[in-house]
Amino acid sequence: MPAVRILFLIVLIVFPIGLFAGEIEFNRDIRPILSDKCFACHGPDSSHREAELRLDERENALQERDGHRVITPGKPGMSELVARILSTDELTVMPPPEHGKPLTPEEIKTLKQWIAEGAEYQQHWSFIASTRPELPTVTNQSWVKTPIDAFILHRLEAEGIQPSAPANRQTLLRRLSFDLTGLPPTPAQVEAFTNDQSPDAYEKMVDELLASPHYGERLAIYWLDLVRYADTLGYHGDQVRSVSPYRDYVINAFNDNKPFDQFTIENLAGDLLPEASLEQKVASTYNRLNRASGEGGVQPKEYLAKYSADRVRTTGAVWLGSTFGCAECHDHKFDPFTTKDFYSFAAFFADVKEQGIVSGAKHIAQLPVPTDAQSKELNELSIQLAAVLTEFDRHTPERDQAFVIWKQELANAANQWVPVTPTQAVSTGGATLTVQEGGSVLASGKNPDKDLYEIVIPLTLKKLCGLRLEILPHDLLPAKGPGRAGNGNLVLHKVEATLNGKPVEWKSGVATHSQVNHSGEYVVSGHKNGWAILPETGKAHSLLLQLKTPVEVSEAITLKLRMHQNHGGAHSLGHFRFYVTESAEQASPQSLANDQLVAIVKKPEPERSDAEQQTLWNEFRSRTPLLAEVRKQRDMLQNRKKVVEAAVVTTLATEATQPREIRVLPRGNWMDDSGQVVTPQFPGFMPPADVKDDRRLNRLDLARWLMNDENPLVARTFVNRLWMLYFGHGISRSVDDLGSQGSWPTHPELLDWLAVDFRENNWDIKRVIKMMVMSNTYRQSSKPSSELRARDPYNKLYARQSRWRLEAEMIRDNALAVSGLLVDELGGKSVMPYQPAGYWSQLNFPKRSYQADKGNAQYRRGVYTHWQRTFLHPSLLAFDAPAREECTARRERSNTPIQALVLLNDPTYVEAARKFAERILKVGGSNFESRLEFAWQLALSRTPTNEENRLMKEIVDSHREFYSQDAAAAGQLLRSGIAPVVAGVDRIELASWTAAARTILNLHEAITRY
Amino acid sequence: MNQIPIELARRSFLKNSVMGFGSAALMSLLQDDMLAAEKASPQKPSGDFAGVLQPLHFPTKVKRIVHLCMAGGMTHLETFDHKPKLAEMNGKPMPESLTAGQQIAQLQGRKLTCLAPQHPFQKYGESGQEICSLFPHLGSIADDLCIVKSMHTDQINHDPAHTLFNTGSSIAGRPSMGSWLLYGLGQETQNMPGYVVLTSVGRGGQSQPIAARQWHSGFLPSRYQGVQFHSTGAPVLYLNRPDGVGLSQQKQVIDTVNQLNRNFNEAVDDPEIKTRIRQYEMAFRMQTSVPELMDLSGETKETFESYGTKGGEGTYASNCLLARRLLERGVRFVQLYHRGWDHHGNLKGSMETTSKEVDQSTAAFIKDLKQHGLFEDTLIVFGGEFGRTPMAQGSGRDHHIKGYSMFLSGGAVKNGLSYGGTDDFGYNAVDNPVHVRDFHATMLKLFGIDHKRFTYKFQGLDFRLTGVEEAHVIKNILA
Repeated sequence: MPAVRILFLIVLIVFPIGLFAGEIEFNRDIRPILSDKCFACHGPDSSHREAELRLDERENALQERDGHRVITPGKPGMSELVARILSTDELTVMPPPEHGKPLTPEEIKTLKQWIAEGAEYQQHWSFIASTRPELPTVTNQSWVKTPIDAFILHRLEAEGIQPSAPANRQTLLRRLSFDLTGLPPTPAQVEAFTNDQSPDAYEKMVDELLASPHYGERLAIYWLDLVRYADTLGYHGDQVRSVSPYRDYVINAFNDNKPFDQFTIENLAGDLLPEASLEQKVASTYNRLNRASGEGGVQPKEYLAKYSADRVRTTGAVWLGSTFGCAECHDHKFDPFTTKDFYSFAAFFADVKEQGIVSGAKHIAQLPVPTDAQSKELNELSIQLAAVLTEFDRHTPERDQAFVIWKQELANAANQWVPVTPTQAVSTGGATLTVQEGGSVLASGKNPDKDLYEIVIPLTLKKLCGLRLEILPHDLLPAKGPGRAGNGNLVLHKVEATLNGKPVEWKSGVATHSQVNHSGEYVVSGHKNGWAILPETGKAHSLLLQLKTPVEVSEAITLKLRMHQNHGGAHSLGHFRFYVTESAEQASPQSLANDQLVAIVKKPEPERSDAEQQTLWNEFRSRTPLLAEVRKQRDMLQNRKKVVEAAVVTTLATEATQPREIRVLPRGNWMDDSGQVVTPQFPGFMPPADVKDDRRLNRLDLARWLMNDENPLVARTFVNRLWMLYFGHGISRSVDDLGSQGSWPTHPELLDWLAVDFRENNWDIKRVIKMMVMSNTYRQSSKPSSELRARDPYNKLYARQSRWRLEAEMIRDNALAVSGLLVDELGGKSVMPYQPAGYWSQLNFPKRSYQADKGNAQYRRGVYTHWQRTFLHPSLLAFDAPAREECTARRERSNTPIQALVLLNDPTYVEAARKFAERILKVGGSNFESRLEFAWQLALSRTPTNEENRLMKEIVDSHREFYSQDAAAAGQLLRSGIAPVVAGVDRIELASWTAAARTILNLHEAITRY
Repeated sequence: MNQIPIELARRSFLKNSVMGFGSAALMSLLQDDMLAAEKASPQKPSGDFAGVLQPLHFPTKVKRIVHLCMAGGMTHLETFDHKPKLAEMNGKPMPESLTAGQQIAQLQGRKLTCLAPQHPFQKYGESGQEICSLFPHLGSIADDLCIVKSMHTDQINHDPAHTLFNTGSSIAGRPSMGSWLLYGLGQETQNMPGYVVLTSVGRGGQSQPIAARQWHSGFLPSRYQGVQFHSTGAPVLYLNRPDGVGLSQQKQVIDTVNQLNRNFNEAVDDPEIKTRIRQYEMAFRMQTSVPELMDLSGETKETFESYGTKGGEGTYASNCLLARRLLERGVRFVQLYHRGWDHHGNLKGSMETTSKEVDQSTAAFIKDLKQHGLFEDTLIVFGGEFGRTPMAQGSGRDHHIKGYSMFLSGGAVKNGLSYGGTDDFGYNAVDNPVHVRDFHATMLKLFGIDHKRFTYKFQGLDFRLTGVEEAHVIKNILA
């Protein structure tokens, strides 16, 4: 039978490792076919279902329909399905040609065999609760180091394949170190490990690296991809927001080995925990990591719908390993998620306090997250401040007596200040100055950058002791004035005065209120800062100018003033008036009072209200010399408190509020309010909530439901991804989809065993990882034999390790570590490594220019790099780091010319090469061979070969020749980056070795984990 | 990355379907090596540069595309869609029958009144196409333009609307159309990227931010990403050698890296190393090919004058000239952003400025393509992410998605045709409406691709540029 033979051959080619041994298994063999080829029209999505046929449900598929059945178990010949898939008539054949996905002959055969064997269905494997399988038995017991090996070896033995030999110790340690910490091993670690003959040498290394604080950073890189952590909004203007405390939380949680259930609960609902700690609130930032818009013209309702869908997509992807997001517009085509499930899930997040539009990058519910040192200092400051304020408030006989006198003085002084009306007021800058009724002057019209006012005031008095300038608010001024700057401020630098042409000299200038570093005194002393009033705009203030020598007046005279306002930015006076006094005593600073105060003090004591009494008392305390020292202390403490508070980093923690109404949005259309209102509920096909009463479910219930033993997806999803981190692929290779369209696991029992083990051991992450890296499976060489390559080209059997290029962040970390530049502090705000000028020129609202960090922040690990979603740092982007706009469960690993350009020309790598060369010359001995040995050990953890020696000697020699001829070029090369060139090293030699170091950092081996 | 014995892997790939590996995903793993031996012609995409679609679904009509993106939302009412009725209605309320329940951006909650077209229109060319008189140069080539007046889209804010136009979805993370094309068709040049993006700002109106997402490869491998060329600093990021390193020093470093990699590969047998070596070779070629591209000294005075540029100043006009040079050199997809079209206010005055920035240079560019024999097999696309409201927003117009215009040009479309139309107000596309996904389907068709069959498996799903909604090739505009 030639046909059978051909089929048999095809099967051999398709499955060189013989996946079909024996009976058909629905989940492994049939579901992938049905899902890919049939479910789109005969699956869970009710809106696109044809002929009311569901092939995803056995009962429906087996139903009798007009005398025939689509599937008759055991009888392929009596099954319409078989007739249809074999049909040659394009009108009846299934799948229809326009579907574009015809069945292959072997798929047809498999379907027939399945029906012949009884057409048994299974629920999709990942939706069935996992139970712990038995450990399989193996012949070669001695190879089994951890239970993982039993599963792997069992299969290998069945296939007759030998595992690969262990990797050599140098390779193994590099692999382990990159996998667990993201950093290369130090030469000392390599040496110690290579020489350690004790049986637990490897385990000691594993424990050491798992205990390293860099372990948390490495794992965080992956977790932050999943939860789409970034430092900017992501839409349109892509403005910055502060969430870095969340990153610190993640790193610390992994380092502390926080159990995954607790971690999950804190991420989703940390804010809802009873007496939530600051750390738990920070963790709840997870709910606010979605992209958001600050674009004017955004319809808030539309964007709230976008954010809501984003959370379902992300949470579904992160914990359920599912493509739940597909159900936003229609029932899922392959998995049993309905649209109602989608919106019911969205309703869990309806209580997250947020805005549809983040206007002016102003976020709501920003949570300050002080460091321990900051908390301590703020606490101490509060205590000290309270003590000072108590002292400030305290009544003593001395103070009470002074208060009485002060009030008297104030009343007298007020009587002695005479308002005067200018006859002329001119702005040389071109503004219009109008003398108002009542004598005040109002500026309007042109608003020049700087201005000089010339004022003429006729005086009729006997003696002139002081001039008082009162600045006043006005509705027509920006921010109500009294200045003309946009914020209502002003800066007055100098007031020149003449009396009948004779210059007047000021003795002192005192203001009722002065901005920090803009004292009223500066108007007299000529200090360049001048007098200004922030933040107290929109209020009246006075500046008292006391004459050095009082002038006796015998006739009518004219006072001319020239008021200089040189600050720029239209910091000119907007509304003001003048008073003069004849009384030398009353022209003292203490006597300055505004109208309100004067009105109060002139009232008979019994008529003053309590509030008015208090106003007077407050005013007195702010002026009396008796409290000068206390005020100084108070101001100092308050200023310090402000400084510390401003330095505290904030995060967008979740704040629960009254839940918004959530409706099913027909076809995802946010404008359609016809859908039913839904409350928080779990997907219908999954285990129900373990909640007894009828109350509305919340995020805490959601988190607990995820971590419930019955939940089939969460543990599988997580261990499958951990497996990918240490073996290159998931056990189910589709780490982003364990649903119907996902890949059937290569080792389903192993996946379940790991999932159950993880769950039953308190969700202990380090334990799983240790089990993985301790296994012999992990420790194998990654080099395939030619036989193995032919039998298992995709390494699905794990008869060897996999190998891959390092993650974007780790490539840079490695270069920094090798060069000695790496600053390995943990946590903190995001940092700005060098970036090509102009890369941000496409950003707007506002426009920004990139400022690379100087000092230590330049050399932090890649995980701390500022993550600008719409313009991710280009060297990270080149090595496949995701923009983190959506959940990323698996990064691409591309191999591009742009990557070559980055490693060759990015100043980060040139500087690292230069510092690496410095290290080589200073520590690597004095001859070429010892230096190269040192360099090779540092960067590649091994000894160079003779050929490598020869090639590297060539490059150093020829560069030495070049730079000897062109010392200037050497100088230019050594100026790359901001790190200083160390003294005492020959520059020509350094430049030549920099070329060698660049060569090493560009090697494929240097950026690959083998 | 996996190590795969090429022959076996390919055979198994060709038959593979039940192992849970999407064909396209697998293809991307394999193609570095598998096709190298088969195709050696430097003109045709081959080796690393080959596309996955072999053979193509249809005969190809175009080889390359240039997208002149008028970012910010180009008004259709002062460019290509003449609405005399709107002039009559100036200042009067918009009929509520049109606007009730419709999406609105910045005019939320405001009174909606008609704003007359701010500039007159006239008929141009033998075809008599109606074009706003602000565009006399485009008018002079009216018979070379295929104007589509019935575009519509789903997204009313800039960022998602651009994302939809470029990737077929407003959700981030999908590949841009340029990436799809490179993935499917490969690239013809081996000396520079196959997908290049140039941007410029305008003087009339605020500059739109444009996210790198717009030319990102999404879930496709990142080598299909667009590469942005810059008018200041290095034209391609990291292209310039470090100071103090000459061309021959750089070459020696690259040669030594490649030689060391080759030696090391004997020990580890890693196909990725072979790819790495070829990428270093291309990186080195780019260090000469890109400066050669940017060097305009070979262009004539007449060319500069026709475009209205001195060259190299980073304007739209100078980018048009660069675009021609890129297309000449075999770049598959060139995208030019002019970022100054968001005319919420002072539309009349701003359009005078903005039209001057693009009219002459766009027309000169199209004529120049003809002179260089590139017109026939290039698709030229001119338009923004949406249009602008017939309603006034002060002296300007707000964002509008229900009807707007763009034009296509090149040998593959019916030039001199006006296709489709909006109602009397320019509000709804009523005559032969063309959704963004219809444009995508049409573009792919011209490249020889059936949009329904051009998919990539990601998260278990077969994604395509045109998405899940039905998309139609606009047959009536094809030549």
